[in-house]
Amino acid sequence: MYRYDEFDAAFVSARVDEFRDQVARRLAGELTEDQFRPHRLMNGLYLQLHSYMLRIAAPYGTLNSRQMRKLAEIARKYDRGYGHFTTRQNLQFNWPALKDVPDILAELASVDMHAIQTSGNCIRNVTADHYSGVSADEIADPRPYAEILRQWSSQHPEFSFLPRKFKIAVNGALHDRAVILAHDIGLQLVRDRNGELGFTVYVGGGLGRTPLLGHKVREFLPERDLLAYADAILRVYNLEGRRDNKYKARIKILLHEKGLEGLREAIEAEFRAHDRTGLALPAEEIARINAYFAPPPLEAKKPTSDRVERRRGKDAKFSKFFESNVTPHKTPGYAIVTISLKPIGGVPGDASADQIDAVADLAEDYSHDELRVSHEQNLILPHVALDDLTAVYDRLASVGLATPNAGLISDIIACPGLDYCALATARSIPIAQRLSERFGDGARARAIGPLKIKISGCINACGHHHVGHIGILGLERAGEETYQVTLGGSGDENATIGEIVGPGLSSETIVEAVETVVETYMAQRQGPDEDFLAAFRRLGMAPFKEALYERSAGADI
Amino acid sequence: MLSFLYIYKLCRLIEVRRPRRRPARGTSNEGADARKGTRLSQIVTANRLADGVVVFQDAGGGWAEDFALAAVYADAAALEAALALGAEAVALSQVVDPYAVEVEWRNGHYAPKTLREAIRASGPTVRRDLGKQAQGQAPVFALHASVESPHVSL
Repeated sequence: MYRYDEFDAAFVSARVDEFRDQVARRLAGELTEDQFRPHRLMNGLYLQLHSYMLRIAAPYGTLNSRQMRKLAEIARKYDRGYGHFTTRQNLQFNWPALKDVPDILAELASVDMHAIQTSGNCIRNVTADHYSGVSADEIADPRPYAEILRQWSSQHPEFSFLPRKFKIAVNGALHDRAVILAHDIGLQLVRDRNGELGFTVYVGGGLGRTPLLGHKVREFLPERDLLAYADAILRVYNLEGRRDNKYKARIKILLHEKGLEGLREAIEAEFRAHDRTGLALPAEEIARINAYFAPPPLEAKKPTSDRVERRRGKDAKFSKFFESNVTPHKTPGYAIVTISLKPIGGVPGDASADQIDAVADLAEDYSHDELRVSHEQNLILPHVALDDLTAVYDRLASVGLATPNAGLISDIIACPGLDYCALATARSIPIAQRLSERFGDGARARAIGPLKIKISGCINACGHHHVGHIGILGLERAGEETYQVTLGGSGDENATIGEIVGPGLSSETIVEAVETVVETYMAQRQGPDEDFLAAFRRLGMAPFKEALYERSAGADI
Repeated sequence: MLSFLYIYKLCRLIEVRRPRRRPARGTSNEGADARKGTRLSQIVTANRLADGVVVFQDAGGGWAEDFALAAVYADAAALEAALALGAEAVALSQVVDPYAVEVEWRNGHYAPKTLREAIRASGPTVRRDLGKQAQGQAPVFALHASVESPHVSL
């Protein structure tokens, strides 16, 4: 993975010193809150319901053991002993004191980490497929390009005060695990007919109050033009994006107002209008960054493990874990392990300092010192030898991290919601907890099969509810929490915005409503191989709507 | 009464099983109003600048972490004066973003009317070991304790 060079270290250290001075001036009364707010936001520091919240960047979701241990240390020393992994592949601490934040940032800098541009109207932390570099269906590892974009966009003088926040995601596999169509720029690595590497470029995706999927603006962008073309997109957006209404300030609204052709022409014209040789990526620089992400030297082994098979034969829990949380690695004899942060009845994405330390140890001992944060709020050990799976499982189980539900109905994304967030209109975590208790991780969840439930506590959609197979949006109506259900959403290469089923449901009835949706699916699917999304696409909304609102009429749904 | 149901149900979530506490200090006759039923009043809250902790303006114009110490204002003039004091505290870099919150007098206690403010004055409903509720500084929402699980439906 990428290691800071002298420039990076000096840059981040200077930012820490700068923020330390800004905090001191704020505490001394030399800066007003209005003056200070943009500075704290550019350093990832929010003021939430109960306290400040610090959002720390895990660039493209990649971390090493040393960094994980530092996060655990910060959780113990400066926070309340836990952290929250987010849908942006970041980590949030919910209780830091402002006066301590400069020290926290200095601690992070000591392990090549920071919180720069995790908030504010700038280019945010670039995200990527959490299976980068290890999945069998990969065209190329997206992380070197995400890293190049990170370096280019960090404190970019022209793009630090955009009309609104700007999110870029890069995917390198055939299967989109980075939800690129829900980002301001989505980059899909592809090869042209000559085998040259490049990108298909999508622009204008985003969730929030106006959910829209990205549109293709370039079928093939040569690798060397990545920054030049991103620069052209950002310049058009920076100039033409609306600044009069923050709800209409994202590039998706610009695309909507100019039309796809209009925006594409503006981008291409901007791309051609200036000499961009200075932004052309030199092959040697790409190679230099690529070298940081070179896969570990894995020796191909037997594609099955006798040790694993013996354990599966006598341990049903391990067998369940193997079926749902273990994914084939591109190198035979190795596996990708998903550590579910969705214990049944637990808080999605939360991990205690002890658990964070335990995962750091596992990454060091069994995964070549590397781990990932997924946008689905789980952790990934990307390089585990099959023969080590039993030991990894046992150690995960000893710290409560062996929940065998990755990809199943209880592997629920949920934003912090009204339990923590100042913007939220309803709670999302308790709904996730009740749903996970209802469906569990046992035979029933397995019979239901792959099903993604995503819950947001307000229309800003941090819980990605629009792209959930079952999406739940928490709202407030006349002083009561109300939950709006969408069905048929998807965040993959066939991305779809879910359709609203009908009027909002109460907190008391939302779990039963999801049960009704699931029962309808189970009754009407063509067989276990037809997953929920496929069945919904075949059946349409009608049977689900009928089950929820017509057959249940008078039953307080 | 949706708001009554709301607070009643919320109490089952947030109620820390502890003895009745004194009510937040009011500026008028709570007892008489309480006998008539619900009465709306307001308090002033903010976040402390240095650490972000939720604080409430007390009767002396200072800032208390304990909700029970919040001064309750029943008329617009008193509230306006309290908010002016809040603005002074902002200028002195003591607190951030002071604002008024509606509270209701019920069963001998004041409590925030809205769920958002109830959670803010108590702590996350999914982590009762955190926030004011863990320190005995949360509002009292009801007289009776509950044994429900911490994330039961509202």
